[in-house]
Amino acid sequence: MAAGLGTEAVKPTAPIVEQIFAARRASRSRFRLIFGAVWVVLVVVIGGGMWLASGADFDFVVRSGPVIVLQGAGATILVSAVSIAVATVLAVFGALARMSPNPALNAVGSFYVSLFRGTPLLLQIYFMYFALPQLGLVLPALIAGITALSLNYGAYLTEVFRAGIQAVPRGQREAAQALGMPERLLMRRIVLPQATRIVIPAIGNDFIAMLKDSSLVATITVHETLFMAQRIGRSAFEPVAALLIAGAVYWTLTIIFSFFQERLERRLARSDR
Amino acid sequence: MTASSPLPDRAAQPASAGSGYAGEMPGHLGDVMVRAIGIEKYFGDNHVLRGIDLEVRQREAVMLLGRSGSGKTTMLRCINFLEEPTVGSIEIDGLKLEADPLHSRSARHLEQIRKMRLRAGMLFQDFNLFPHMTVMGNCIEAPTRVRGIPEGEAVAIAEKFLDKVGLLEKRDVYPSRLSGGQKQRVAIARALCMEPKVLLFDEPTSALDPELIGEVLRVMEDLAHEGTTMIVVTHEMHFARAAADRVVYVEDGVICEQGPPEQMLDAPQMEGTKRFLRRFLET
Repeated sequence: MAAGLGTEAVKPTAPIVEQIFAARRASRSRFRLIFGAVWVVLVVVIGGGMWLASGADFDFVVRSGPVIVLQGAGATILVSAVSIAVATVLAVFGALARMSPNPALNAVGSFYVSLFRGTPLLLQIYFMYFALPQLGLVLPALIAGITALSLNYGAYLTEVFRAGIQAVPRGQREAAQALGMPERLLMRRIVLPQATRIVIPAIGNDFIAMLKDSSLVATITVHETLFMAQRIGRSAFEPVAALLIAGAVYWTLTIIFSFFQERLERRLARSDR
Repeated sequence: MTASSPLPDRAAQPASAGSGYAGEMPGHLGDVMVRAIGIEKYFGDNHVLRGIDLEVRQREAVMLLGRSGSGKTTMLRCINFLEEPTVGSIEIDGLKLEADPLHSRSARHLEQIRKMRLRAGMLFQDFNLFPHMTVMGNCIEAPTRVRGIPEGEAVAIAEKFLDKVGLLEKRDVYPSRLSGGQKQRVAIARALCMEPKVLLFDEPTSALDPELIGEVLRVMEDLAHEGTTMIVVTHEMHFARAAADRVVYVEDGVICEQGPPEQMLDAPQMEGTKRFLRRFLET
């Protein structure tokens, strides 16, 4: 009897409600259809146009494309991943220095951020590779590139981390203090883990930006995507086609990592609730 | 939000060992556990505490009442130096610390403050559980890393206190899965795990939905009747009547009147106390 009542209670849903749902579904799928179609058209028209303009030989793509992708993209990801990791570590210490009551330490942090945010990344890369040897320090191109990218992104992330640390509720610190935690333990076990969660989306964003900024180290002969494309393109007399391939690699990497970034962000947001 | 489960095993029984308790009140109290002398606090030019002396004896439950802005919360926070008093001294279980606002960041002073805090557990209005640790993680973090208790032992202690607040089955859950009342009960267990000499409660039920207040007050009442030394800032009059050994009414940064709960709530002497209670009972 109870079951009968239950189904009857569901039945009288007003037809208008069903109609509203159906209309909403239809409008959503129409939106998706047009959205996708316009994307395809744009890719074909713009991409194809550029391809035609380059006057490239399709053979070249088949021959050299895989080399650029395999060698170049791998190096691009490696350089970016190592640099963002080092930058994150630098940023933690930078942020702690910037928040320190010790004026000397604070000045060091402030100087670091100011210097590396105040000068062009390309100049910093040149400096590591061309200027340091004159001071007696010769770094291999790969190391010089990673150093410059790390220091530069570390400076930006320092401010991000500082904001993240300040965004941890005051009560968290007070609760830890009330439990008798000394300052260092409190920072390491309570504040930093929560600050890290807060800044993870920003680090992801910076990683995606770094995928493209890492192309600047092509100028100091690091064998990453752009460098490989330029070298192969030059020797095959297909410089524009090679650039187009490099562009496609960066774009694809960005799309892939943005997808993961969005998923990560959504997961973090959900577990916050 | 998860539906809150009332304390299953506790809800049934009346607040333990309750009846006839108040009559023999002074007898069950021990020596002085907390002694605040001449506490004054300025926030900038604002003279929030204007000379408070307060002695709390072992096994005594003291409730601080007063209007918002009267200074009762500041007074409580001064006891474990979450606010450094501008003038005065605090003594907990024989360890005495003078306010030293000019050197409040010196390593020596900070270490003394830390030692004081080990003797006082603090409960907050918004619980302040560590969201990135499970219930058990919250409870053993400070015992293992601050007091150096081996993990197995710390877990056993935590199990005992989580059971006491009726939340042992939530041991591996993250705080975001708990209701407000459950969070505050975990916070109480976390504080107890440090085996403090006194518990300080700062409006522990003010952030709770009305239907969740009872479960927290029940735990606190049990603690009071078991002889836990506690100082509570609260607006819950029924709770004060049931659990307090002494009620202290704070007004304009000084203690206006104090006494046993029946006298304070039913027959206050001072004009300020009367006015406060009258307004409170009206609403």
